[in-house]
Amino acid sequence: MSELLLEARGVCKHFGGVKALTDVSLTIGRGEIYGLIGPNGAGKTTFFNCLTGLYVPDGGGFTFDGQPLQADAPQKAAVRGIARTFQNIRLFGQMTALENVMVGRHVRTRTGVLGAILRNRATREEEAAIRRRAEELLHYVGIADRAGDLARNLSYGDQRRLEIARALATEPKLLCLDEPAAGMNGAETEELKVLIQGIRKDGTTVLLIEHDVKLVMGLCDRLAVLDYGQKICEDVPAVVQKDKRVIEAYLGEVPENA
Amino acid sequence: MRHPFLHWLLRLPRHTAFLALTGGAILLALPVVAMLGGQAWVRILDLAILYVFLALGLNIVVGFAGLLDLGYIAFYAVGAYTWALLASPHFGLHLPFWVILPIGALLACLFGVLLGAPTLRLRGDYLAIVTLGFGEIIRIFLNNLNAPVNITNGPQGITLIDPVAFGAFKLSGRTELFGYTLVGPQKYYYLLLALCVLVVLINYRLQHSRIGRAWQAIREDEVAAKAVGINTRNMKLLAFAMGASFGGIAGGVYAAMQGFVSPESFSLMESIMILAMVVLGGMGHIPGVILGAVLLSILPEALRFGVVPAQQALFGKVLVDPESLRMLVFGLALVLVMRFRPQGLWPSRERKRELLAGEEGKA
Ligand SMILES: Nc1ncnc2c1ncn2[C@@H]1O[C@H](COP(=O)(O)OP(=O)(O)O)[C@@H](O)[C@H]1O
Ligand SMILES: [Mg+2]
Repeated sequence: MSELLLEARGVCKHFGGVKALTDVSLTIGRGEIYGLIGPNGAGKTTFFNCLTGLYVPDGGGFTFDGQPLQADAPQKAAVRGIARTFQNIRLFGQMTALENVMVGRHVRTRTGVLGAILRNRATREEEAAIRRRAEELLHYVGIADRAGDLARNLSYGDQRRLEIARALATEPKLLCLDEPAAGMNGAETEELKVLIQGIRKDGTTVLLIEHDVKLVMGLCDRLAVLDYGQKICEDVPAVVQKDKRVIEAYLGEVPENA
Repeated sequence: MRHPFLHWLLRLPRHTAFLALTGGAILLALPVVAMLGGQAWVRILDLAILYVFLALGLNIVVGFAGLLDLGYIAFYAVGAYTWALLASPHFGLHLPFWVILPIGALLACLFGVLLGAPTLRLRGDYLAIVTLGFGEIIRIFLNNLNAPVNITNGPQGITLIDPVAFGAFKLSGRTELFGYTLVGPQKYYYLLLALCVLVVLINYRLQHSRIGRAWQAIREDEVAAKAVGINTRNMKLLAFAMGASFGGIAGGVYAAMQGFVSPESFSLMESIMILAMVVLGGMGHIPGVILGAVLLSILPEALRFGVVPAQQALFGKVLVDPESLRMLVFGLALVLVMRFRPQGLWPSRERKRELLAGEEGKA
């Protein structure tokens, strides 16, 4: 494994009696595509929420890029370089696709109230740069032709792509995708795979939650498997596939697309 | 080197330039024309334009950031009392406007943050209730801060407030200009118009900036906004503070214009009225908000002028007094608009599309 980017140490999260996460530790190297799989309700989304500051973990913590992650405010995670998408898409529905990505540039730009009101040269230049970068990113994820459409009017697959573009706009070191292929057909999933590989090639580490085991196996360098909030396995796909506990966990429910 | 304004004007498409020029000319001529009907009409114009200013201030909070604020009048009150206390015989202070207006704006801004900070976690109805309470608290304070130390002079209010003055040039009273006599309300009109142009510009620029986009993002999905790194707390406080500052400035000018303030001018009804202007016109859409403010401030006054003579002509006496009729018409207008044009009278294109799409979804 290459240089360490993220280390999770003994992360716990309880909701009343439900132990959504128990003592989950894992490490992600720079430049990896790392998969997080497990049956429904295993705690994958909860892990994302702890990592991105939406939930405060009940125990344990994260080290990101060499420094501890203060998990008390989501915007801090974004500033540090962690971007995410949501399992149930959360776009700014009444803003255009382009505007959605422009919002993603917020955290890397600086225009304040005074600058916005005076609209001086620095503001105009920054605004033009924001727009240019947003257009590039729409092109990058393949929905440049939908730039002027309201996000809520995009097709399901395009909305997923737009969410990725918005996340990339924050210049993340780690991009966390929560079931990005959910609801996509075979061809769309294949395109998504290419996109994710491209993102990694361009230097962003990817943490991928996925239900579609086939996609994960073909895409990820390493995987962790969660079951009932516990990590039961962490290894390269070939090994994980043969792990007895993983097979048991997945036989508990009907495997999808199998 | 051409003047930037001229440059801008020449670059506009011809019909837009024409509209801008005629619109400007009409706005400038309006108080002269209104004066033909008497000073009362000029006063109505002044109030209308003051409400436009206030509504655009509230639009930042409600329209842009999506925070339902039912206590907006409190900031107006803070601005008005700041002026009243610093420029009247009440404390014997007579500071110039360029000192008081910034103080009023700053104080109102402070109160905006004071209200904003504890309510950051609240949304929608809950926020509305807290802000409503805040507005009432300010009014009750103004009503009761006359003992043991007399600060606000209680329900009697403060009188003999100084007008706005630029050196020796006062905005109250009459001025001869090229053989035409300008009355006080006409001069205030031009001041208010200038302020309004400024606030329209600020609204417009904020909306189409990094800040405006962040506000809209928070309005649409706060969790997603946080996830892309927007500091939602600071952005909401900023909206509160900016809206409040504009309220403070409007309050100051109002106090100077009227020469008198008392707590009853800052009732909950006023907050609701300004909110109604924002919502009725088309939330977040600047021309819509202006239309809403003009309609809701002028129609009731026109009603007052029209109703009494009309009733006397028809029935020989006044059956319904204009004030209750005003509330009736206002209520009816709100119900009708919400029923037939929930997006407001002049909504932005996006909002129109949203509501239409919603209708289709239901069908
Ligand atoms: N906010 C919450 N409140 C209560 N229970 C929750 C909450 N979020 C998740 N859970 C519970 O935690 C468990 C793990 O959920 P989740 O992380 O969404 O699973 P996954 O994403 O792996 O399908 C589930 O039992 C779920 O009901
Ligand atoms: Mg999930």
